[in-house]
Amino acid sequence: MSAPVATEPKPAPPAVETLKVKVDGLEIAVPKTMPDPLTGKPVPTTMIQACTLARTDVPHYCYHPKLPVAGNCRMCLVEFGTPAMGPDRKPVLNPDGTPKIAKSPRPAIACATPISPGMEIYTTTPGVKAMREGVLEFLLINHPLDCPICDQAGECKLQEYSVDYGQATSRFVEPKVHKPKQVDLGPRIVLDDERCILCTRCIRFTKDIAGDDALGIVNRGSYNTLSAYPGKAFDNNYTLNTVDLCPVGALTSKDFRFQMRVWFLKETKSVCTSCATGCNIVIGAREEKVYRYEPRENDAVNSSWMCDSGRLNYKWIGAENRLTEIRRQNPGAGGEKITWTTAAKEIADRLLAAKPGTVAIVASARQTNEELFLLSQLAKKLNALTDSVPRIQIGDKLLLSADRNPNSNGAKLTGIAPAQLGSNLRKIAEGIGKGTIKTLLVFGEDVTRHGIGADLLAKLDTLVASEILPNQTTKLAHYVLPGCAHAEKRGTFTNGKGRVQKFMKAVEPRGDARPEGEFLHELVAAVNGNPGFTSIEGLFNWMAREIPAFNGLTWGGLGDTGVTIVLPS
Amino acid sequence: MPQEFRLILKYADEPGYTPDIECYLRHGGYESLRKALAIAPKTLPDGKVVGAPEQIRDDVKLSGLRGRGGAGFSCGLKWSFVDRRSGKPIYLICNADESEPGTFKDRQILHKDPHQMIEGMIISCFANDVKLAYIYIRGEFPEGARILNRALNEARAKNFLGKNILGSGYDLEIHVHRGAGAYICGEETGLIESLEGKRAYPRIKPPYFPAILGLYQCPTIVNNVETLCAVKHIVGMGGAEFAKLGTPNNTGTRIVSVSGHVRKPGYYEIEVGKATIGQLINDFAGGLREGRKLKAVIPGGSSAKVFKAGEKFKLKKKGPDGKDIEQEVDMLDLPYDFDSLMAAGSMSGSGALIIMDDSTDIVAALANLSEFYAHESCGQCTPCREGSLWMSKALHRMAHGEGRKQDADYLLKIADNIPGGRTICAFGEACSWPVQSFVGKFKDEFVARGEADEARRAAGATRPSHS
Ligand SMILES: Cc1cc2nc3c(=O)[nH]c(=O)nc-3n(C[C@H](O)[C@H](O)[C@H](O)COP(=O)(O)O)c2cc1C
Ligand code: SF4
Ligand code: SF4
Ligand code: SF4
Ligand code: FES
Repeated sequence: MSAPVATEPKPAPPAVETLKVKVDGLEIAVPKTMPDPLTGKPVPTTMIQACTLARTDVPHYCYHPKLPVAGNCRMCLVEFGTPAMGPDRKPVLNPDGTPKIAKSPRPAIACATPISPGMEIYTTTPGVKAMREGVLEFLLINHPLDCPICDQAGECKLQEYSVDYGQATSRFVEPKVHKPKQVDLGPRIVLDDERCILCTRCIRFTKDIAGDDALGIVNRGSYNTLSAYPGKAFDNNYTLNTVDLCPVGALTSKDFRFQMRVWFLKETKSVCTSCATGCNIVIGAREEKVYRYEPRENDAVNSSWMCDSGRLNYKWIGAENRLTEIRRQNPGAGGEKITWTTAAKEIADRLLAAKPGTVAIVASARQTNEELFLLSQLAKKLNALTDSVPRIQIGDKLLLSADRNPNSNGAKLTGIAPAQLGSNLRKIAEGIGKGTIKTLLVFGEDVTRHGIGADLLAKLDTLVASEILPNQTTKLAHYVLPGCAHAEKRGTFTNGKGRVQKFMKAVEPRGDARPEGEFLHELVAAVNGNPGFTSIEGLFNWMAREIPAFNGLTWGGLGDTGVTIVLPS
Repeated sequence: MPQEFRLILKYADEPGYTPDIECYLRHGGYESLRKALAIAPKTLPDGKVVGAPEQIRDDVKLSGLRGRGGAGFSCGLKWSFVDRRSGKPIYLICNADESEPGTFKDRQILHKDPHQMIEGMIISCFANDVKLAYIYIRGEFPEGARILNRALNEARAKNFLGKNILGSGYDLEIHVHRGAGAYICGEETGLIESLEGKRAYPRIKPPYFPAILGLYQCPTIVNNVETLCAVKHIVGMGGAEFAKLGTPNNTGTRIVSVSGHVRKPGYYEIEVGKATIGQLINDFAGGLREGRKLKAVIPGGSSAKVFKAGEKFKLKKKGPDGKDIEQEVDMLDLPYDFDSLMAAGSMSGSGALIIMDDSTDIVAALANLSEFYAHESCGQCTPCREGSLWMSKALHRMAHGEGRKQDADYLLKIADNIPGGRTICAFGEACSWPVQSFVGKFKDEFVARGEADEARRAAGATRPSHS
């Protein structure tokens, strides 16, 4: 079989012209233009971009590489010079032949000022330090300085830069400006206007990225106050990104505020599972409890953003009623707790005893590629009819996909689901009804809500349900296998555009729950006679060899941000 | 004794002169426009053909006209920066926001001779291939807006505006836009934002130079009312003739608004540089009140740095042999022009002289100015937003008997952290220059005030003795 090569679909990089500048004496060649964050069109490279390329930090508040430039905080002021030009429009040279640099009498904001050939940027001069100190002092005079009770503490740029560039004492002796506190900006956001430094990041994100002209500034001068449009709630599906963007503790998430000091959180790279976009995220957890999701930058997928509905869809992981026991049940007449070994043995025995064609599998497009692949291996051996459940709702133009399954493509590529997800479900129901299907394996779905009702399930000889939370199907199952949330295991999904992305384990599984892939691998081993589960890497690489679209991929090669494959048309 | 030279206000105050078009036409109105439209293309020796618009632009350059709005920037040069290759429309905006404290010259023109400004504007638009122009008038001038709209209708009816103006094939429309009542709407990029229907937040430059990315991201010219009137006269008399008015590099006339402690506050049109500050105060504005002595003069609108009575400056002048000679001049003997005031460390700004005599409480005067700036800062950028209110609060405290002797230095340190390119727009300078210059030049008074307050507080008195 010819192997479709898994590569980034990269356009041939256009020859980028570079020019040379010096950053604090270090000469570097930088591209003359860089893509505009909104349009992607090439625009002149700015000083701050050149400094970043030269690994020189320029402190900044309002600048954000993914937002249009505002240039309002003035923290990034630098000094600079350009080659002096003689009256003949030729560069003036020093005695040693180097170009003479004419130092600009005025500073420039690094975030908005384009570079020019031969420019020298100075970020550490006494003048620059004095300007930074001045700006910080101005930012702090009316700031409440309530860090001990501020939720941003530990992630606050005001705190951070004050340590690096500020002065310890304040000479401000006037009464501070007071502004609204605890403003209910929208259903998910609380605003403390006294902490706001008016950098307009939240306004620009909301207007230019989320396309919602909901935020603005009212009043004037030092009384300037961030506000939602009067009478309107700030309630688009991307509001929580403004909390991430806010450099101080002005915007807080109602969901997360006061839950946990950020420095206690363990961060794990993961992927959102609430739609086919697969936004890259960081899971913040402590003591086996998930406290928050935050977007993780991936320009091929979600830039630096994620939607609110995806972000807040994590509470079920810590739900009280999680399934935590492996159970053998006699539906309607109780059951008992068993071990994974027993379950594997008994289920394998039943599958081996089943006549080919009498087994069906309903998997979930919320499962990982590896799990679906293992199920497909079983299906092949048992000649089983398989499918998964489609979840189509309304998407938007920014990130949210109409397909609310994170891995519909994985389900299709592994052969578990037909091209039209769910189109086999009726056949499975009919097969059970007619008595041709006697064994049903269900993973992560409540089939009673998808056309395979309790009456049909009652007809089965064997119903195995692997689930995270109890439902109608688990109630009727002969074997209940406690499953893992993605936060509790490792694996990969294939998003709507064919990007294969891995996620890592953030917290321990609940009770006896165990990553489905491990159990399935052992089941497959028992049924097929292959070696059992050794590692997720090994499992992934096996799958990558077997599934044509994944050929050439390796677990390690996926990196943190995944690899885009060519989806078979 | 120097005389007023009325060029722009030639007829405005004549008895019976009315702002309607018939009156304007009787006084030679719109002749300069006819002349401009009739200019024939010129063929240069190298075969290049120069059209009427470019000829007018060259003439404006030749005239040496400098902007009357505040910065005194060469009008011809400003027009030459306009991006004429972008393929985008070019806009022209008349800045009639006149809100610099002490300034009341544009409103004389708007109220008394609106057609003169409109004519200058049409010519300027023609010279710059502008098809759509705006007059941005401050919100507090409802009468001016009414007069302008009527005048525009009259001009339209006579085909000085609209399609195919006077059969020339040139089309132009002008709209009046009323401002939203903020000083910052007069800053040209704040004005542009406001005209676009947004909050008047001045834009960062780069990249938003109006000549390249102005109104609706198109090349845009912003000129002051008086500047546009001067264009009419440049076309009328020729740039070379205009350049003979005033003094070298400071050509034409200026309408100077004189206010404060003088007997005859008012507006006086002079040839630029042909009268001194002293003459403006004494000969034009009738001098100080009986028994009063001069204390201070703000020469160019409230943002300009103050001059202290008796202050002396060393100015460079070209001697007869062409060499620079240095001359010591008293503040009162400074010629009222762009370059001399700049050389003396201030500016002619919006052409407004504010006179303070010895009855002035200098702390209270600065507190008053500072309050204006704290109120008018748009609040977009950190140093101006926070610094303007900080200074105002400190001065308010001082003016209410709560001064400290270190307050003079305290104020200077705040003020020093605002200007010099640290802010988005020149308001940063506008709010800090008064503080720097008042406190710098009258430091003894500020320190004495602080010391007196401290002594009084130490003695247990709560009532300030001086307020
Ligand atoms: C804070 C501030 C306020 C200003 N207000 C006015 C004004 O009211 N009227 C005006 O003509 N120019 C004002 N200006 C100057 C304008 O920005 C601009 O330079 C001027 O309109 C250009 O016209 P000119 O070249 O004809 O002088 C202001 C500038 C600043 C910084
Ligand atoms: S709330 Fe935060 S992000 Fe928004 S303007 Fe204020 S400081 Fe900036
Ligand atoms: S867009 Fe989709 S993947 Fe991204 S955060 Fe929202 S639900 Fe999750
Ligand atoms: S300098 Fe002042 S007025 Fe100008 S943009 Fe900054 S805050 Fe606004
Ligand atoms: S980062 Fe705020 S002005 Fe540049």
